[in-house]
Amino acid sequence: MSAPLVRLSGLEICATGADGAARAIVHDIGFDLQPGEVLALIGESGSGKTTIALSLLGYARRGCRISKGVIEVAGHRLDQYAEPQLRGVRGRVVTYVAQSAAAAFNPMLTIMEQVIEPALIHGLMRRGEAQDKARALFRALALPDPDGVGDRYPHQVSGGQLQRLMAAMALITDPALVIFDEPTTALDVTTQIEVLKAFKAVVRELGTTAVYVSHDLAVVAQIADRICVLRQGAIQEIGAVGQILFAPGHGYSQALVTAAAPRPPAQALPERARGQGEAPLLALRKVVAGYGRVDAQDNPQVRILDDVSFQIDRGRILGVIGESGSGKSTLARAIAGLHAPASGYLTLDGLALPRTIKERSRDQLRRVQMVFQNADTALNPAVSIAESIGRPLTFFHGLRGREKRAEVARLLDLVKMPASLMTRRPGELSGGQKQRVNLARALAARPDLLLCDEVTSALDPVVAEAVLDLLVELRGELGLAFLFITHDIGIVRAIADDVMVLYGGVPVELAKREALGTGAHHPYARLLMDSVPELRPGWLEETPAGTTQQDRRPFDGDAACRFFARCTAGRVSACQTVVPPLQALEDRSIACHLELEALLAGARR
Amino acid sequence: MPDRWLLALVARRIGGALLTLFLVSLAVFSISLLMGGDAAEAILGQSATPEALAGLRAAMHLDQPAYLRYLEWARDLLGGDMGTSLITGMPVSATVLPRLASSLQLAGLTALVSVPLALALGILAAVRRGSLLDRAISMATIAVVSVPEFLIATIAVLIFAVTLHWLPALSSGRTIETPLDLVRTFAMPVMTLACVVVAQMIRMTRAAVCDALDSSYVEAARLKGVSPARLVLRHALPNAVGPIANAIALSLSVLLGGVIVIEVIFNYPGVARLMVDAVSTRDLPMIQTVAMIFSAAYLLLVTAADIVAILSNPRLRHR
Repeated sequence: MSAPLVRLSGLEICATGADGAARAIVHDIGFDLQPGEVLALIGESGSGKTTIALSLLGYARRGCRISKGVIEVAGHRLDQYAEPQLRGVRGRVVTYVAQSAAAAFNPMLTIMEQVIEPALIHGLMRRGEAQDKARALFRALALPDPDGVGDRYPHQVSGGQLQRLMAAMALITDPALVIFDEPTTALDVTTQIEVLKAFKAVVRELGTTAVYVSHDLAVVAQIADRICVLRQGAIQEIGAVGQILFAPGHGYSQALVTAAAPRPPAQALPERARGQGEAPLLALRKVVAGYGRVDAQDNPQVRILDDVSFQIDRGRILGVIGESGSGKSTLARAIAGLHAPASGYLTLDGLALPRTIKERSRDQLRRVQMVFQNADTALNPAVSIAESIGRPLTFFHGLRGREKRAEVARLLDLVKMPASLMTRRPGELSGGQKQRVNLARALAARPDLLLCDEVTSALDPVVAEAVLDLLVELRGELGLAFLFITHDIGIVRAIADDVMVLYGGVPVELAKREALGTGAHHPYARLLMDSVPELRPGWLEETPAGTTQQDRRPFDGDAACRFFARCTAGRVSACQTVVPPLQALEDRSIACHLELEALLAGARR
Repeated sequence: MPDRWLLALVARRIGGALLTLFLVSLAVFSISLLMGGDAAEAILGQSATPEALAGLRAAMHLDQPAYLRYLEWARDLLGGDMGTSLITGMPVSATVLPRLASSLQLAGLTALVSVPLALALGILAAVRRGSLLDRAISMATIAVVSVPEFLIATIAVLIFAVTLHWLPALSSGRTIETPLDLVRTFAMPVMTLACVVVAQMIRMTRAAVCDALDSSYVEAARLKGVSPARLVLRHALPNAVGPIANAIALSLSVLLGGVIVIEVIFNYPGVARLMVDAVSTRDLPMIQTVAMIFSAAYLLLVTAADIVAILSNPRLRHR
């Protein structure tokens, strides 16, 4: 074995707390990296993975300090370097790809200017050479319009493209080591696959040595050679990808692998036939919602939801899935009465449900409750947990004093939180606890329908698992119906009874959970399913998703089918002119012009 | 290529400013109606005969309804005719224009001194955030902001003119022949005015640059090995142009309207003192004209800052 390219030993990083005292947030980290090797740092938020990765650039964020240890990269002892020497290393020997390229690109400068900057400031190339090299890298990273994209400003380019452009910036100086810091976390799954494929191709072609920071074990399995599992600033286990995935030694690694594995589907409640003349709990008919001026035909200027119809029965979980901008959140807000639809109507138990909160009766309000995505901002930080949960109890049920207290305690018990936390404020709780309180507050109204908008996406995997378990349990105990919005098809598969796939504000497929993954599917639904990384190395090479250039804006052109611009399933002329009809099968309906055989053919591809 | 959308945006800002100016002119006109009493009476005195009063009123169009008089006044003003002073009987422009010139001279010199100083100190404080220098600058700006300008001016006169005899106490009526004369004449008023405007600019510049320095793109640039000077000048500062332009405009707008005390103390012949004099003599056309000049100058600065902010933002330049 040759000498390691990267050597880290006894690394300790201290943070200065609010009280001015320094405490170690990362302790005794040590690992080696051979040339050409990709090491993944994995762990939940607060595990120190980004802090450790940044130390390989000799950099610590404001308030942090590298206090101990050896950091050696390609012969440079970064721990002994002063700032001017470090500047010579950064961007030349070690480079960095940030989590959100959208924020890491300077909005005032063109992309080319920023991509070639490392080469210019380190005096490695002349401007013309650097530009040629940048264009070559754009091509290698499968960017559309490699010759023109450099002249644009960051806001003119999509997030997935920016992430690849940032990789080009990191590779332009032929660095010894590249740090990828959660480079695909902020992207939609379908975009993530394209970016991952581009990264992997380039890393393999150039033989790049890399440190890849992520919280997503399945993503890491595709790109890394070795995995380093971190928790609370310390290494738990370090080993080859196959060993960590299939024979994790440390208890925490096992927990991570378990949390990342697909959940077994939740037991559905026994489906009882709806009684004669009994209406569904909630039904939407031809709902259109959007922004801007509404014309005489009730069409808003910008349509976020376009002709949405579906229903939810009591005790059922409807999973709504789609990428960012597909109208998922607007759908929940329309049902909650926070965003009045421009046309169409809603019914609750067969009776018309007014469009806005103002017009709804208190009982109608009580029956539909919303759990917001971000518990941090949804809970009033100045108010105790008991008060947060107690308010709807007083408002809807008139509970006060001891009765209210007892009910708050019962609700906390329901979401598996000790009643002793009642007097705490949100700031004193963990993320998972806050989301449970958020849930308890919604349950306090004793609703019939819970609207859950990405309730687990801000949580670490292990915590998110527990919250999902809780939701399924509550459904069993209370017979609640759920509208469960997520971008994660894995979650839908695990807990939903029915699934609705939204694309560009249109439901392109409605299916029973069991139907997913078998038989005919809408091309977008298939793309979504093909884009979810599996927990095994080699999956990335097999999946058909992400191979074609799909990085286009959703609503390109005026095609009647919203998915037209990205569709690879074989288009017909009607796609552009006629809104796709809903083809109904026994367990699914698909809005597509293609014959069912053609949609099936996609499955065998 | 500046696209039409951008032009429309800029045009809208300018239109907004013009509309504001129109509303201000309405306000100025109606307020001067309220405070004016009857100008004819003021001119002729209490012993005037009713016939004489009526004749003068007709001659001054005071017998016409207010909206007609407003239209006439506005039309004259647009045409450059600012009316005739009630006190001197001379055209207002003859009095105002030289005063305006000297006020602009004072304001211009102050801007010339204070803007670079404020930018330099603000950026320095932001770059050295938390250091002794930063804290010293913060303390000094707070101290300067809290001291009223008349106190600074009076103390300056006491020290430099009365005790040390370095500088003349008064600024008016001196002929300026050498650059030294210029410095001697303007040193104290400019210094005092700079104290008023510079503090606010420093604080806003520091805040805007700090914001930019905290951003992900500056961290990304730092991790490319960009030098501190380039980090500030190329990466952070362009993003701070909008807020800084606004801070400068707001501070400088004080220079024209808010220098009354300074002009009075140093006996400087500017428009602000003209305003004071006009109010004490109830010289209505003069008051109206000066008020309109103040408002127009303010709007000009603020609109210019807005347009700078728009043009410096590529998100608006290249949609």
